[in-house]
Amino acid sequence: MTTDVHQLDDGAWVSVNDSREVNVSDLWLLAEHDLCGCEVADFLAEGVVEVGVEPAGPAVQSRFAGRCIRCGAEGVTGWLTVGRVVDPADGGFRGVDHESIHLVDG
Amino acid sequence: MPSKVENWKSEVYGAEIREHLMRFAEEGWDAIPDEEHDAWFERFKWWGLYHQRSGQESFFMMRIGTPNGVLKPGQLRVVGEIADEYARGPAQNPEFGNAYCDWTTRQSIQLHWIKLEDVPEVFEKLEANGLSTQQACGDSWRNIVGCPVAGKDTHEHIEAWSVAENLNETFKGDEDHTNLPRKWKVSVTGCDQGCGQGDINDLAFEPAEKDGELGFNVRVGGGLARKEARFARGIDVWVPREQVPDVAGGMSALFREYGDRDNRFNARIKFLMDEWGPEKMRRVLQEEFVDFELPRAGEDMREQYTYNAGDGQHGDHVGVHEQNDGNYYVGLNVLVGRMGVDGVLELADLAEEYGSGEARLTQRQNIIVTDIPEENLDPLLDHDLFEHYSPDPHPFMRGSIACTGTEFCSLSIVETKNRQVRYARWLKENVDLPADIEDFHIHLSGCTASCAQPQIADISLRGMKTRKDGEPVEALDIGLGGGLGENPRFADWVEMRVAADEVPGAIANLVENFEAERAEDESFRDFVEARDEETLAALVEPEETDYDDPYMHNTKQTWYPYAEGDDSLDASPAPTDGSGDPLPSDD
Repeated sequence: MTTDVHQLDDGAWVSVNDSREVNVSDLWLLAEHDLCGCEVADFLAEGVVEVGVEPAGPAVQSRFAGRCIRCGAEGVTGWLTVGRVVDPADGGFRGVDHESIHLVDG
Repeated sequence: MPSKVENWKSEVYGAEIREHLMRFAEEGWDAIPDEEHDAWFERFKWWGLYHQRSGQESFFMMRIGTPNGVLKPGQLRVVGEIADEYARGPAQNPEFGNAYCDWTTRQSIQLHWIKLEDVPEVFEKLEANGLSTQQACGDSWRNIVGCPVAGKDTHEHIEAWSVAENLNETFKGDEDHTNLPRKWKVSVTGCDQGCGQGDINDLAFEPAEKDGELGFNVRVGGGLARKEARFARGIDVWVPREQVPDVAGGMSALFREYGDRDNRFNARIKFLMDEWGPEKMRRVLQEEFVDFELPRAGEDMREQYTYNAGDGQHGDHVGVHEQNDGNYYVGLNVLVGRMGVDGVLELADLAEEYGSGEARLTQRQNIIVTDIPEENLDPLLDHDLFEHYSPDPHPFMRGSIACTGTEFCSLSIVETKNRQVRYARWLKENVDLPADIEDFHIHLSGCTASCAQPQIADISLRGMKTRKDGEPVEALDIGLGGGLGENPRFADWVEMRVAADEVPGAIANLVENFEAERAEDESFRDFVEARDEETLAALVEPEETDYDDPYMHNTKQTWYPYAEGDDSLDASPAPTDGSGDPLPSDD
């Protein structure tokens, strides 16, 4: 099946195949980002801005609005992988561990 | 390209959602196809049903729209009875028990833990008593707000309740206005105090005189959400009361045609106002959406506005006040807007016994009983209920507003209502306000959606996170000096990411510094306005005190923040069937 992703409830959720999967209000550790001057941003995701599926693979990506709680800089992230569709047959999704360090794409 | 939500709306939206909702309710939660969940939950909002957050699947928040906050005689009892029977969840709230009503900042009512299967019975009872959830959420005309004592107010110049009621009856269900790009919030004010809070609405009618006739000036484009706060701007239009529906319909149609349907984050009319400015807004309204010549703005009464104007004259409608007919209204303080059903039902009895039976909800999450003859005041006020829901509360109890928070809401970052209750109690016990300050507003909003209207409070609190000893904890940004009045002002955000257990200490230090440094009789708002953010930040000194905060952990990662025993998402009983019994998992 194709993977259907969208933001939901005014940016509260990343929905994957009609299942609420990734919520706002978590802290994400971001490396190689242009959000602020912190080497690793400690980023509070306050709202989902955009969602997408990586063309070459099953990765679900999102851009979040929020703030680095280390330095206070506000902004919108680049594309961040929030999980993967692990079962293309039934659309099953597995989210990444937001507490590990993530690379921001673009 | 239209957003996904617009695509869902183009398939089914408005009144027709109801037949599907009723079918799902009859067949049960499992009847909603998994792959259609998001579309249906988005549509159900139009009928006032908002799917609760993760861990609470199959339960809904139900919003009842009460225009201008008016609950006609008998309706308060109906709301209480519905909450008692249907708004009982699988866990208790330690401050409020089970079964309660939330009075909202838009003079609406929210009930929680509503099961889909119960919706037909609830609708039947509501509608049999003149109440409705229609368009309480979703992309259309929301509950119309106004001065909560419109029609009875000694300060009223143009009777506003019938204007608001007429707008409600005209536009709720009007198919030309049921599918807008985004929510549409309207305020009608008839008094000279500014209690309608028009400045923070998409469309506001405010009293104004033109050529000796009283009518309304029109303002457009206010709103607080998403760090994009705007005050509504005058569009140089005056309208006589009989043409209010024409202008309101014209503006709503303008929004329908020109609002952004591609990007929901850019959809509210405040962004169109940013782009067009008030002159173009007026021109397009005139040329395309009304068929009579719009008079230029009349002389408004904003100079007289005292409501939340920072001078302490008129902070709310709490207390005993005379009406324009010689009877009295009694405004009760409802801390953070949440009232247990026993209190609701008792108040309904008292309203009938001592008054007309009518009650009204305010934009400060409080409730008013109206039409009390003078001789009934003392016997009414003798009842024990008024000790808990006081007409003469302590300023910290009186000034507290909080949104729903992580208890039920997907967007919120922090726990709010129970925390604000604890804050208010601690502040009352530990902090002395200057003797001349009777109103001091502290608003706690769990996120940037700003449902608690933090930007127009003396102290604004907004959900955040920080780390304490390396561990993530719930935190709040602190803003100061917001309010309405002739010259409204948004709060300055001066101290960010304060751990939630250090906020009461920060407020205590701020109040102490304010009292020490203020000029004689200087209001808090003037005090803030006269100082830059750096100076103000130095006056806010967060610190731990003996205040204890049980909600410092990530409350969003529980299925219910106050669940006893295992509160993890895996321990959730949801989703349940119509009897509240857990349904088998798909896994």
